[in-house]
Parts: sequence; structure tokens; C-alpha cells
Amino acid sequence: MTAAIKATGLRKSFGDTVVLNGIDLYVPRGTIFALLGPNGAGKTTTVRILTTLIDADAGQVEVAGHDLATDPGGVRAAIGVTGQFSAVDDKLTGRENLILMADLNHLGKTRGRRRADELLDRFDLREAAGRLAGTYSGGMRRRLDLAMTLVGDPQVIFLDEPTTGLDPRSRRTMWQSIEDLVAGGVTVLLTTQYLDEADRLADQIAVLDRGRLVAQGSAQELKRRVPGGHIRLRFGDPTTLGRAAHVLDDAVARDEDLSLRVPGDGSVQALRDLLDRLDATGLRPEELQVHTPDLDDVFLALTGRTDTPQETSR
Amino acid sequence: MSTLSYAAIDSATMLRRNLRHALRYPSLTLSVAGMPLIFLLLFVYVFGGALGAGIGGMSGGRTQYLSYVTPGIILMTVASGAITTSVAVCVDMTDGIIGRFRTMPIARASLLTGHVIGSVITTMISTAIVVGVAVALGFRPDAEPLEWVAAVGVLAMVTFALTWLSVAFGVFAKTPESASNLPLPLSLLPMMGSGFVPTDSMPAGLRWFAEYQPFTPVIETLRGLLTGTAIGHSAAVSAAWCAGIALVGYAWAKTRFNRSRTH
Repeated sequence: MTAAIKATGLRKSFGDTVVLNGIDLYVPRGTIFALLGPNGAGKTTTVRILTTLIDADAGQVEVAGHDLATDPGGVRAAIGVTGQFSAVDDKLTGRENLILMADLNHLGKTRGRRRADELLDRFDLREAAGRLAGTYSGGMRRRLDLAMTLVGDPQVIFLDEPTTGLDPRSRRTMWQSIEDLVAGGVTVLLTTQYLDEADRLADQIAVLDRGRLVAQGSAQELKRRVPGGHIRLRFGDPTTLGRAAHVLDDAVARDEDLSLRVPGDGSVQALRDLLDRLDATGLRPEELQVHTPDLDDVFLALTGRTDTPQETSR
Repeated sequence: MSTLSYAAIDSATMLRRNLRHALRYPSLTLSVAGMPLIFLLLFVYVFGGALGAGIGGMSGGRTQYLSYVTPGIILMTVASGAITTSVAVCVDMTDGIIGRFRTMPIARASLLTGHVIGSVITTMISTAIVVGVAVALGFRPDAEPLEWVAAVGVLAMVTFALTWLSVAFGVFAKTPESASNLPLPLSLLPMMGSGFVPTDSMPAGLRWFAEYQPFTPVIETLRGLLTGTAIGHSAAVSAAWCAGIALVGYAWAKTRFNRSRTH
């Protein structure tokens, strides 16, 4: 399979600040690739380089088979970009925005108008087509923005934080639209600071932290790489908890809620062993929960920090 | 299709976008004419009697001053249009939409050329409004048809030059506020030239500036074409100034526009 995006050794500094410190990316055609990281990790800078907006200080990039340095025009003809800040013309209507894109893609009058109407229908903007984009809600603007990106039938689409600031319903609509795109054969590179978004959408996730890729793989692969899975047992009284903690000596007891955390990967075998040991002593937990590591744990383990922005900035 | 014809197509698309903006917000085009019209009324009706007597030294008074000051007011309108252009370009440059245009396979300069042509058209319309009001007030140009054509040509030339300069201001400015301030001195230039009073009534230093600044020859050329005063070599000097200003504006705008790529 050929690569839609291939980057090696990307570096970029702004003044003394190193923003990207040697990034390698490989995105196969027809897949969704998520660049995950907190604010300031270098996600937007990476997208700006890959989409020809700024030049890298070093590194080789190929997008849709075109070399970024020698053939930026070829790259531009193959890509579509929806940036973090919406790129719609507020002083034009939704339909006029789409027709502007059709004209700039040289689709011709009839084809351009047909394409605009098609996209208005597809993104549920038909009723708002004649209103100025400046009056649109956040979710509608994002949909129009994405529709404008699609006018030229790009092979590779870059979405920089496509759902930041959207309400939960608009987020789900956007996710659905992104999944539909890939079903149609295009490649998507998206950046996100939301772990659940990367988990839900991406075939491959690269975790970016302070200008470096700290991990890359599928959501499952990333989760497997980190410890953090455990089984949580809750007991009815402190005495039973104490005895159980004595028997399971690698467990951590919490007196506040009478619970015991037993490390384990959550596999059926580990669970069976644990229950056998408890049975042998006659101790009965009131409640049992299996906690498999999620991307939050991944993030913590990889970056050594707990400040994943998931809860704070939504 | 060749690169050049794509550049023309893309520029035409951008021009349509700008004209659509202008049609949607006609108040913007009208406001370009606003300040010059206030100056026209102020100078003709408040100062016109006295100034007219000072200039003509005889019969005309207010009517004669109207005919003297109108070319200066026309230039003021062009300068006022430059402010609108500069702001519009700056808004485009600081908005998200510029990022979209830059990542599309379109002729790079088309955004700027679209602005330039659009602004020349809207500024010419504003100027026509100002001339219309002047005529309504009693301005009676004695220009022959050919002189009218020449006057429109001179006007288009100076508007084109100032528009490229204001596009450069717009690309250069970090915020729309500063984009509106940068071309502001242009509006004052007609007053510090032969726009409102003859330069030989000014003190030595100012007179030197007034005689050699770019607006004076343009005003003199327009005045000559419309009201029959002597033009002399003003037309040639105007053309040279306009070519120079347009070239500087174009080069500055283009360099700045391409440079923003590294940030």
C-alpha cells in the first residue's frame, strides 16, 4: 500500500523555541490518522507544514506522492484543509462560500453549482444555504468549513482539531462525517486533544508531546503498552477488607470506600485466578470491577504528566 | 490551460467575491464618499465665499471656489477609498480564510489582484458620487468629451497606484485598526498640496513640500482637464508618481504576502 503522507525528520523552531524536534509520520492511504497531544505539543505546526502553509527547517515530506519542497502546487491540488479557526467567508452565504470554492477549483459554472448543492444536502445545510455564514452556529460553521474543504475532491484531508468547541451532538455528527469520508477512500489526518476522539476514529494514533512523537500505534496497541489495568474489589466491612488485603499481598487497599485494587491485565485467566484465591479463603467481595487501561492511562504513562486536557477544556 | 489564464480566472473569482461584499455592504462604498462630501460642503459653504474671493480675486466667490476645490475633494475620495481597501485586505489576512486560500492550488497573487481591481471599481463609484454632488451644488466643468475620458483615465491611474499601496498597508498591518491608520495621512495630502488653496499662498517650507508632493500634479492635471486651467508638465509628473507608487506598493505587498509563509 502506498503512503498518503510520509514525513521523516521534521523539524521546526520559532526563534529559540523548538516546536518540532524530529517527527516521522507514515499514513497509509484510506486510513484515519490521529495526532494526539496537549495544547502546545506541535500538532498545529505539523499540520501547517504538511499543508504547505509554512516551511519546515528540516525534513522530507511527501503528500499524495508529491514532494512538499519541490512540488507544493501538486500537494495543494491533492489536499483539503479544515483549520482550527474556521475558514469561511462570513460575508457570503453558505452556498456562495461553496460556489467560491468550486470556482477556485475551476469546476465550471454548472458542475460547480451542482457540487455546491450536493454538499449542502450532505451536510444538512440546505435550509441555511441562503443565509450569511456569519450568522451560523458553531456546528453549522464547522460543517460548512468541511463541506468547502471537500469541493475539490481532495485525496488527503487535514482536520486540525475538528471538534474543539462543539457541543456533544455536533461532535457526533462531525465524527460520522469523518468516518463517511474514509469510507469513500480518502485519507484523513486529524489532530485532537481528546483521547476518546482518537480512540473512536483513528486507525493509527501518534502521541505528540513537546515536539516529539512519544508513541505510535493503534489504540489497542497503545493501551497494551501501559500498565494501569486492575481489578477493583469492594468489601462489606473493614475486617473483611483487611483479611483480603492480607491474602492478596500485591493489592492496594483503600479504607475510605472499602475497596481493594488488584493489579492485572483484565484477562479472563487473571480474573479466574483471583476468584479462585478468594474462594479458597471464603472471602466474598460485594462488588467487582475490571478496569482496562484507557488512553488517559496511556497519556499519563507516556508523558509522565496527568494534565491531559480532556476534562478541563471541553 | 496556461498558468497565466488560471491566474486571470482566479483573480476574476476573487474580484467577484469582493464585489459581492461591496454590494452586500453598500454603506462601506458610501462611507468612502462621506468624509470628502463633508469637506466639500464645509469648504464651499463655510469658507468658500472668502477663499473664492482670495483665489479669483473677483466675481466668482463661492461658485469659483467650488470649481477650484472639486479636484482636491476627488483626490481625497481616492485616499479615503485606500483606507477601506487596506482594512479589507488586513481582515482577509488575519482571518482563517487566508489559510484556506493558501492551501488551495490557486494563483497566489489572485487574492491581492482581486482586491486591487475591486477597490479601483468601488473607489471610482465613490468618486462619481462625489462629482455628482459637486455638480448638484453648481460645479460646471467645461471639459470636452476627450478631456472627460482623459480625466477618468488619470483618476483610474492614481486610484490604481494608491490601491496597490493600501493593499501593501493591509498585508503589512497586524490588526485592522492599524490597517485603517496607515493610509490616513494620504487623506490629508490634498490639503497640503494645491487641493484647497494655491501653493503660492503658503509659507516657504510648506510650499516646497506642497509643490513637490505627488498629489499636487495629479490635482493640477484633473483641474486642467475639468476646468481648463494650465496643465503644463503636471500630467507627465503625475504619471511618473503613479507608476512609482504602484510599483512600490506592488513589490511591498507581494514580498510581505509571500513572507508570511515562514511563520
